[in-house]
Amino acid sequence: MKAVADTPARDAADAATARPITLIEAITQALAHEMRHDDSVVVLGEDVGVNGGVFRATAGLQQQFGPQRVLDTPLDETTIAGLTVGMAAMGMKPVAEAQFDGFVYPMLDHIICHAVRFRYRTRGRLTCPMVLRVPWGGGIRAPEHHSEANEAMFTNVPGLRVVMPSSPARAYGLLLAAIREPDPVIYFEPKRIYRQYKEVVPDDGEALPLDVCYVLRDGSDVTLVTWGAQVKEALEAAEQLASEGISAEVIDVATLKPLDFATIAESVAKTGRCVIVHEAPRTAGFGAEIAARLAEHSMYDLVAPVERVTGYDTHMPLFRLEMKYMPGVDKVVAAAKRTLAHS
Amino acid sequence: MRVAASFEIEYLQYLDPEGRLVAELPAQSPPTDEILALFRQMLFLRTFDGKAVALQRTGKLGTYAPCLGHEATQIGIGAAMRPEDVLAPSYREYGAQIIRGVQLREILMYWGGDERGNDYQVARHDFPWSVPISTQCLHAAGAALAFKLRGEPRVAVTCCGDGGSSKTDTYAAINAAGAYTLPFVQCIINNGWAISVPRSAQTGAKTLAQKGLAGGLHCLQVDGNDLFAVLEGMRRAMERARSGDGGSVIEFLTYRLHDHTTADDARRYRDEAEVKDAWTRDPMTRLRTWLTAQGAWDEAREKDWIAECTRLVDVEIDAYLGTKTQPPESMFDFLYADPPPDILEQRAQLLAREGRA
Repeated sequence: MKAVADTPARDAADAATARPITLIEAITQALAHEMRHDDSVVVLGEDVGVNGGVFRATAGLQQQFGPQRVLDTPLDETTIAGLTVGMAAMGMKPVAEAQFDGFVYPMLDHIICHAVRFRYRTRGRLTCPMVLRVPWGGGIRAPEHHSEANEAMFTNVPGLRVVMPSSPARAYGLLLAAIREPDPVIYFEPKRIYRQYKEVVPDDGEALPLDVCYVLRDGSDVTLVTWGAQVKEALEAAEQLASEGISAEVIDVATLKPLDFATIAESVAKTGRCVIVHEAPRTAGFGAEIAARLAEHSMYDLVAPVERVTGYDTHMPLFRLEMKYMPGVDKVVAAAKRTLAHS
Repeated sequence: MRVAASFEIEYLQYLDPEGRLVAELPAQSPPTDEILALFRQMLFLRTFDGKAVALQRTGKLGTYAPCLGHEATQIGIGAAMRPEDVLAPSYREYGAQIIRGVQLREILMYWGGDERGNDYQVARHDFPWSVPISTQCLHAAGAALAFKLRGEPRVAVTCCGDGGSSKTDTYAAINAAGAYTLPFVQCIINNGWAISVPRSAQTGAKTLAQKGLAGGLHCLQVDGNDLFAVLEGMRRAMERARSGDGGSVIEFLTYRLHDHTTADDARRYRDEAEVKDAWTRDPMTRLRTWLTAQGAWDEAREKDWIAECTRLVDVEIDAYLGTKTQPPESMFDFLYADPPPDILEQRAQLLAREGRA
């Protein structure tokens, strides 16, 4: 790692002037931080350069670090993924952007057949320290193929790490960790909450662990487990349940793979009830993995069947009906109450 | 030096930006009254496009991809096709689609977040809009393969942009069309910009037309703002395809006069002077000048026709705005021909949530 000369002074100045930032600004801050501290980090993707990304996640980075480190690619996801794998194998740390969740599918060949297998196939001779950033999920009235919740396609891939932050601070710390991670990481960005709220995120370079679930609210009656944009709904549901005298614990999974099941199990040991909430379709969604682990390890702690509140097993409808597809607070509350019928 | 192969790319232009003929019109060029009819369609398209942007700006439409500046290319592509041919568009070629019978209300419904916009009432075999870039090019090659295998005299036409010409799928479609000698026409509509990335950053190739060379296709570059050049280029490609002489790649040089979509702001990355300059090559101006010189058009006729276009477009907008949102259970109704029990159960759950169980 070669540090830029003025980095310590710059870091001190940044930490001193920390102001509240949004989740997407935290992503930009993390990218800039790593680029300052490690000149093997490069950013590439469609429109990430002059335009700063269609969501502005890379805003200002090309001006700051130059076109050699922030590369606009030709318009081809296969190109982006393949170049990223090749650069990573040669010791660079590419952070690629898939412009939208629905455009990642051409990348799967390179991720599944190569990125996650280099270490394995070459017995550690070649590795693939890459990050693929993917703006994720629905709820922004976007055009077709711009609102996919496809995380479970990635959690089933061996050798991959799958991360999805739900707050500016976790977005910053988890992205730093993802870039420093020696293996490939898919970093999903819940675009519905890109600009939902701001918090102070000091640019201190402190990464968060890549294998920890976060308990966002303590409770004793039921555990609500979720990730990404649905954290907002889960917290709202917990608030509503509290007004009815029901104490809900809320867990943000944050890193889906590897899963910190211990935190979930500990919570369920206390509450005896679990509602898993996710935006993705129900069948073989990541909620099924959590439910299976509860069945394997927490059966005698459970006093009620595990509930899943999820998207339906259909395509994300075009935007007129997308909110009818999304799991809503009402469904989370109803599911939690169903678990309370058991004791 | 021994040469293994050599190539050149022909460029077609008949009408220059000032509306002067710079080459003799081809013998097969349509008569003036047909050109006039297409010019009127171009004006209709431009009227619609402006109103669609206004609908988005006033919250009555979702994100919309404008086609301002592409009128000659799009109308010319549509006009060169027969009803039985198949079009696999990207998400911007409304002009070609309108000629093929796609209704404005269908375009508006799609961008208005309603799947029924894809259920074309007239162009029943055309592919729906393809937001994933250039995937439609391979589908067109597949359609062309079906036509060839079944011995049908039909042609599959597909469109992508300059950005889309970088996509793996485009190369693969060109290659397959060459390998099977397919009735296939790959239109590369080079409007200069793939969102913020200029044509110069997409490829080191001198022309995008030459991408067809590697697949063994006929290649041509045309002035996409010159309706005559578009029609002649398409005529050649369609005739070759229909006669079993294989596929073509045509690069249409035009310009994206608007933002990429209404969610984009091109001022962040594009010099206003470039846009101003591009307006001097506007496809409307030159054709209007030429038609006027032929005595086929004048200001009064234009004024009347624009008024008529406005009326026709407003009828379609009213139909769109008056269309009720689909019932939410419709999200299950076109998933399978025979919905499995899981789906029916989830459908019932949705109805219960809506209080309609």
